[in-house]
Amino acid sequence: MWIEVCKADEIDEEDVLRFDHEDRTFAVYRTDKDEYYATDGYCTHEKFHLSNGLVMGSTIECPKHNGRFDVMTGQAKRAPVCVDLKTYPVKVENGTVYIEL
Amino acid sequence: MLQAGMVIIGAGEAGARAAVELRTLGWTGAITLIGEEPHAPYERPPLSKQALLSPDAPSPTYILDDEKLKEHDIEWIAGTPVTAIDRAHRTVRLADGREIAYAKLLLATGARPRQLPLLPMNGTPVAGARYLRTYGDALKLRDKLQTGKRIVIVGAGFIGLEVASSAIERGCKVTVVEVGPRILMRGVPIQIAQIVEERHRAAGVDFRIGISIEAIHCADSDGSVNSLTLADGTTIEYDEMIVGIGAIPETSLAASCGLQLENGICVDETLATSDPSIYAAGDCCSFEHPLYPGRRIRLEAWRNAQDQGTHAASAMLGEKAPFASVPWFWSDQYELTLQVAGLVDFGSETIVRELQDGAKLYFHLADDGRLVAVSGIGDSVVIAKEIRIGQILVETGAKPVPQALGDPDVKLKALLRG
Repeated sequence: MWIEVCKADEIDEEDVLRFDHEDRTFAVYRTDKDEYYATDGYCTHEKFHLSNGLVMGSTIECPKHNGRFDVMTGQAKRAPVCVDLKTYPVKVENGTVYIEL
Repeated sequence: MLQAGMVIIGAGEAGARAAVELRTLGWTGAITLIGEEPHAPYERPPLSKQALLSPDAPSPTYILDDEKLKEHDIEWIAGTPVTAIDRAHRTVRLADGREIAYAKLLLATGARPRQLPLLPMNGTPVAGARYLRTYGDALKLRDKLQTGKRIVIVGAGFIGLEVASSAIERGCKVTVVEVGPRILMRGVPIQIAQIVEERHRAAGVDFRIGISIEAIHCADSDGSVNSLTLADGTTIEYDEMIVGIGAIPETSLAASCGLQLENGICVDETLATSDPSIYAAGDCCSFEHPLYPGRRIRLEAWRNAQDQGTHAASAMLGEKAPFASVPWFWSDQYELTLQVAGLVDFGSETIVRELQDGAKLYFHLADDGRLVAVSGIGDSVVIAKEIRIGQILVETGAKPVPQALGDPDVKLKALLRG
């Protein structure tokens, strides 16, 4: 099911937004190449929300301990994280971002 | 005979990260990770916080559990000290008599708590003084932090203050004694120290700052109570004493095999010791940092242990790049997080930026305008990203316009592109 997240321009380029839906939380990204991606909201190392992290290109860095993930694949890229993030399909239609849950 | 492999002495943060990185970088020979503790490599930061607070039986937060050690094919030797390094034959000798040959050796031996000096009491070491370094220490301390207990903490550094925060949350009465002129003397700007001190006072911590301990009286079988006497003659009765007055680099092995020492094991920019087959990383080593020239530094920080462990692994495989990661550390006390990126002491001018919810950032500029450190305090959600951007600015040697740093309407990330 596709769920509406926000307007496409509500996320800055190379930035991330927190999105809560029912009892779940996600991080929705806009990369430097203007592509949109979504992952689970919390870092897999300690429960810390990735929307507070820094997006560099297509990498999200958790601000707590600087673990890194590729936002496109969810792959863990740098210690201390070693468990990949779950990713979700994202589409942009008529200026609105949707996530498929 | 087996081909000599990579041997790592010390199975803490630096040693464990180095072991994994050696595999990640493609080393296919043997990796031996030797630790003195019985546990698989675990993270130390939770020892002063979650391990003391979690309502359930705590367990170590493992960096490498058995499964991961197997997956990376790391031979892990637990609970076994190394007794000697034979540099001529490139072997290490273990307490159980085993000898292991190395192609390259990494010393990640860490540091041990500085002991409270002998006081003019009865000339014996202070009985009952507790220190916090290992998971075992944390478990014992956890048992003692019971509601209503009077806890005296000697030393207002990170360990002392994090334990104070945990003890308050456990319902203890806490007194902190610090001989220095303020709390958090090392690496933290005075502005942040003041905010932390106020928060502790609001929680009920009794601070005795700028005063030394004259005598300690330990309870004995006559039913007397523990007490310590300060230089001004006041006495503090207590049930438990926790001492956090710094750490001493663990250099005894390095010293006994003749490696060069200076406030720790001396390493060059690649983290090699005075013996090119032996490297050192983490709390045990001192090094020169290209961003902070002119003096040797030694860091006791989780991130540095990680970064140096990782870097040492690449150096052991022949990489010559200098170690240049910007120092970074954090501390959680109550709901506050403080973070520092860079070395505050190298700054001569401080610029403050007010963030939402009372959080603050401080930018530390050197005489030539270079940003040498950024520090912050508040909710970690508010400060973490900003500190990270600040760290990148420090790394690139940026000289940002002071007005822009102080103006919360100027996005820090925009300065990265400037």
